[in-house]
Amino acid sequence: MIPPQFDYHVPESLADASRLLLANPEAKLLAGGHSLIPMMRFRLAEPSALVDLRKIPGLAGIGEAEGCLRIGAMTRESELEKSELVQGRYPLLADTARVIGDPLVRNLATVGGNVAHADPGNDHPATMLAYRASFVGRSFPDRRSGTLLEQRHELPLQAEDRTIGADDFFTGPFSTCLKPGEILIEIRIPAPEAGSGGAYEKFERKVGDYAVAAVAVQLRLEGGRIAEAGVALTNVGLTPIRASAAEAALIGSDGGEAALDEAAGAAAAAAEPHEDHRGSVEYKRAVVRTLTFRAASRAVARAKEAPA
Amino acid sequence: MAKCRGLGHSVQRKEDARFIRGQGRYIDDIKLPGMLYLDITRSPYAHAKITKIHDETALAVPGVAAVITGKTLEAYNLAWMPTLMSDQQMVLPIDTVKYQAQEVAAVVATSRYAAADGAAALEVDYEPLPVVVDPHAALEPGATRVRDDKDSNHIFHWEHGDREATEAALAASDTVVEQAMHLPRIHVASIETCGCVASWNPVEGHLTLYLTTQAPHAIRTVVALVTAHLGLAEHRIRVISPDIGGGFGGKVPVYPGYVIATAASVVTGKPVKWIEDRSENLQADSFARDYHIKARLGSKGGKITALSLDTIADHGYSDAAANPSKFPAGLYHICTGSYDLSDAHVSVDGVYTNKPPGGIAYRCSFRVTEAVHAIERMVDLLARENGEDPADFRLRNFIRPDQFPYTSVLGWEYDSGDYGAALEKAMDMIGYRDLRAEQTEKRARGELMGIGISSFTEIVGAGPSKTFDILGIKMFDSSEIRIHPTGKAIARFGTKSQGQGHETTYAQIIAEELGIPPEDIQVEEGDTDTAPYGLGTYASRSTPTAGAAAAIASRKIRAKAKKIAAHLLEADEADLEWEQGRFFVKGSPDRGKTIQEIAFAAYTNHPQGLEAGLEATSYYDPPNLTFPFGSYVCAVDIDRGTGQVRIRRFVAVDDCGVRINPMIVEGQIHGGLAMGIAPALFEEISYDPDGNITGGNFVEYLVPTAMETPHWELGETVTPSPHHPIGAKGVGESATVGAPAAVVNAVVDALWHLGVRHMEIPMTPARVWSALNEHGAAATR
Ligand SMILES: Cc1cc2nc3c(=O)[nH]c(=O)nc-3n(C[C@H](O)[C@H](O)[C@H](O)COP(=O)(O)OP(=O)(O)OC[C@H]3O[C@@H](n4cnc5c(N)ncnc54)[C@H](O)[C@@H]3O)c2cc1C
Repeated sequence: MIPPQFDYHVPESLADASRLLLANPEAKLLAGGHSLIPMMRFRLAEPSALVDLRKIPGLAGIGEAEGCLRIGAMTRESELEKSELVQGRYPLLADTARVIGDPLVRNLATVGGNVAHADPGNDHPATMLAYRASFVGRSFPDRRSGTLLEQRHELPLQAEDRTIGADDFFTGPFSTCLKPGEILIEIRIPAPEAGSGGAYEKFERKVGDYAVAAVAVQLRLEGGRIAEAGVALTNVGLTPIRASAAEAALIGSDGGEAALDEAAGAAAAAAEPHEDHRGSVEYKRAVVRTLTFRAASRAVARAKEAPA
Repeated sequence: MAKCRGLGHSVQRKEDARFIRGQGRYIDDIKLPGMLYLDITRSPYAHAKITKIHDETALAVPGVAAVITGKTLEAYNLAWMPTLMSDQQMVLPIDTVKYQAQEVAAVVATSRYAAADGAAALEVDYEPLPVVVDPHAALEPGATRVRDDKDSNHIFHWEHGDREATEAALAASDTVVEQAMHLPRIHVASIETCGCVASWNPVEGHLTLYLTTQAPHAIRTVVALVTAHLGLAEHRIRVISPDIGGGFGGKVPVYPGYVIATAASVVTGKPVKWIEDRSENLQADSFARDYHIKARLGSKGGKITALSLDTIADHGYSDAAANPSKFPAGLYHICTGSYDLSDAHVSVDGVYTNKPPGGIAYRCSFRVTEAVHAIERMVDLLARENGEDPADFRLRNFIRPDQFPYTSVLGWEYDSGDYGAALEKAMDMIGYRDLRAEQTEKRARGELMGIGISSFTEIVGAGPSKTFDILGIKMFDSSEIRIHPTGKAIARFGTKSQGQGHETTYAQIIAEELGIPPEDIQVEEGDTDTAPYGLGTYASRSTPTAGAAAAIASRKIRAKAKKIAAHLLEADEADLEWEQGRFFVKGSPDRGKTIQEIAFAAYTNHPQGLEAGLEATSYYDPPNLTFPFGSYVCAVDIDRGTGQVRIRRFVAVDDCGVRINPMIVEGQIHGGLAMGIAPALFEEISYDPDGNITGGNFVEYLVPTAMETPHWELGETVTPSPHHPIGAKGVGESATVGAPAAVVNAVVDALWHLGVRHMEIPMTPARVWSALNEHGAAATR
């Protein structure tokens, strides 16, 4: 429960943070600390330095612009939970934020940390898959010879942003496609079109637990039929899983019980759970099936209520 | 005269002023000059030979002062220590480890961080050995032997009752139900982990031990006995148990860490602090339960006839239970419960396995939870087998009020009870018959709800000296009260509160007896240099023993006060009458002296021929145990799509005799109920076949929070104990003991029509879903 020794940096710009990361491959970014610090206490992670993002301006905030909901990486879960914008227009996201840990966790945990940590048990990744969200990574590439460290403080570095689709972002358990020195700065969720609705159903053994399984569903109704659907699963595989067959079962249907049952069956088949304290493989698939049905029916109901 | 708020008043807890302001003083708050810190390197294996400990790897860490191994301790003859059950336990191993997370070596350093780094850096070479985890397998011929100093893995066989007569009675019954059940390993998981500060003064040859212990005096004597060869004597040992953040039985045993820290203080000549972290606490400290029970219960013409229990008790690597010495299976033979039956037999076989030692009484006076679980599950099964509602079946089979004092077939003399009244009250409160009607409707719609009852009988207040001792020390307890000249008082006790509110309730008992307001009475416990000798707080014994001592000591003081009052009033003692807080002359109520006036006179104007001062001590040896009881009824709903059990309502009617502070009693019941539903639905410490713990942190060991606990609905009946000076019985554990069976009975009730007859605990969603699935009742929506 006592972590080994580490250095602690609190840079005030992303460029400095990036430099510190590149200078020390053993360094890690610190956001809310609610995944990283527990791992350090168990000595499962032993970074030799932490680079704290909390003093870098402009990394937190929620707002709509250019057809997207833009969430700064350092936005705390509690802000997401309280945001009227999120509650009103992004019910799937609001559902998700509400079931992460407990209020104490949510006061510090960040959305950026949640996706960057890529714990298969984390809740936002599946939600981001269902939303077809994208992630903005910023890096400060070196365009001249010599190492970054040598050039430190000489020239202002040029920031380079890239936008990564959620489907490409999660590459394995606890790993993403972010490159060394690249910092996640923003998450973008396409603004909902008319007739959209979504829901997150999480089943946990107790409050604050990671999911036995959870299912994110986002869909859009057009003329009484489902025109678009995103279905993704939490904690039933090494990464969040996008259940494409379940999406296909929903698309073109009327969102009635038969279609939902079919989608639920397809989602259960797409799950790749392993047995642990939360249950057997068979059980977890069954839970995915139940939750998919429940999430999809709530998503359909919300889509029907959504302003046209 | 001001109301003195003695018995029956919900006086606010005196101790809370410091607790809610963060001014409690716990072990980890203690800092002594020059203090060193100790951390422990633990075994990754459940059974292994230690081939080498590379001290230098830890000593290389800056700040590390010493590495302590079994060899270090061996030089002081301290590598082994006795358990409270007269078994042996390693303090630090010489050459083999017997369970995962066992202490292997300790590192002492100048800071907590350096100690942790040193313990992590210490390299140890192991040769893994075969492991036995399942207690049944451990009893097979040729099983891996856990203990090198024993011939087999069988620790003890204990039985009670008449086996032959019980078999005959079962054979003569018209209905017999049989069920195997397991009460898994669980852990008290108190908020404060265990720890100590050991401070050896080499100049004075004096040891001060600040310790997380529920029984400071017993610990002092044990330390004196095991260190006598080192020249340490009992008057040179001071054990201080400061504020304790929850004990629940987990702070009764002596843990190796205490001994190692003491040895480290002797070796380094400096105070040494050792505080367990959460994982160590869950993984290595004494566990509770782990009883595998085979139960049979018979009836004839709807009347219960006979009970048989055969039990395998998994004690891990050592029998480190904390039972009274003559009771290797505690008070398990209370298992005939609340029922009048004429034949019973119970047996327990203790077994060694490669798991941490234990068998402590987790908020349950010595195996009573196991006993209650067995009888309450079996009575439910038997009721159904008889085609009867479990409530009606219980009401007909209870020991009747006119049968008290009642001697059970297994030899306990129940002091008082009215079981029917408690159950009927609980049924009224929850609306039992309406819930049954609702259940019928819901079943027709395919919804699952269940109603469960548990009508438990507790047995607390150990105990009478003729049968109860721990390592030979009789299980009395004590109170010493001194009244100051201004009428205020200090009272000290041999018990030790861990959150139970003794500072308030003891003061209320004295207030009741002497008329001194509770806020004028300072209550102290936990310092062996000042408090009178006693065996400590566990097994709901404080009110039955030390609480009784408080009343008796107060009465001694009152007797002397009467003499002083007679002197002051120039009246004959025989002409004085007592009203709370005051003696007055019969017939002239104006002529009187208050206890405060009398106290002042005791120091300023005491009668010739009487000693000055006003104080008394009582060592109370209870004539019998007390038998609290109650009936719990709970209603559950089950989600067929996930297997989740939701407790919709939980009614708890408790009878603990006279209630001293109703608010504190209710608090005890609330906490006990939460700890009672925990093993039913959430908690278990389990091991894989290699002996690796699979639930050793709070991610897997699911302690329920406010979110998982329902709104408790409490009720009471009051049947005083006829032999306790104030009629009180003890209530610290009733709820933990009674609640699990109510929840299991409710879940089985919900699933009964599907063909489910039993559920093992914890009834996790996965386990419930499997039962649903097996019986074709799992839903997909
Ligand atoms: C008791 C408890 C219960 C929890 N329950 C849940 C739950 O139910 N569901 C759930 O989803 N989560 C849960 N969590 C995890 C919590 O949400 C974490 O806080 C979250 O996973 C990580 O966010 P963070 O801001 O704390 O990140 P940190 O712990 O600070 O960092 C996590 C990782 O992400 C990296 N990182 C952080 N920010 C960035 C960035 N901007 N760019 C690149 N890399 C970055 C860090 O270097 C680190 O490797 C729980 C945590 C606790 C302690």
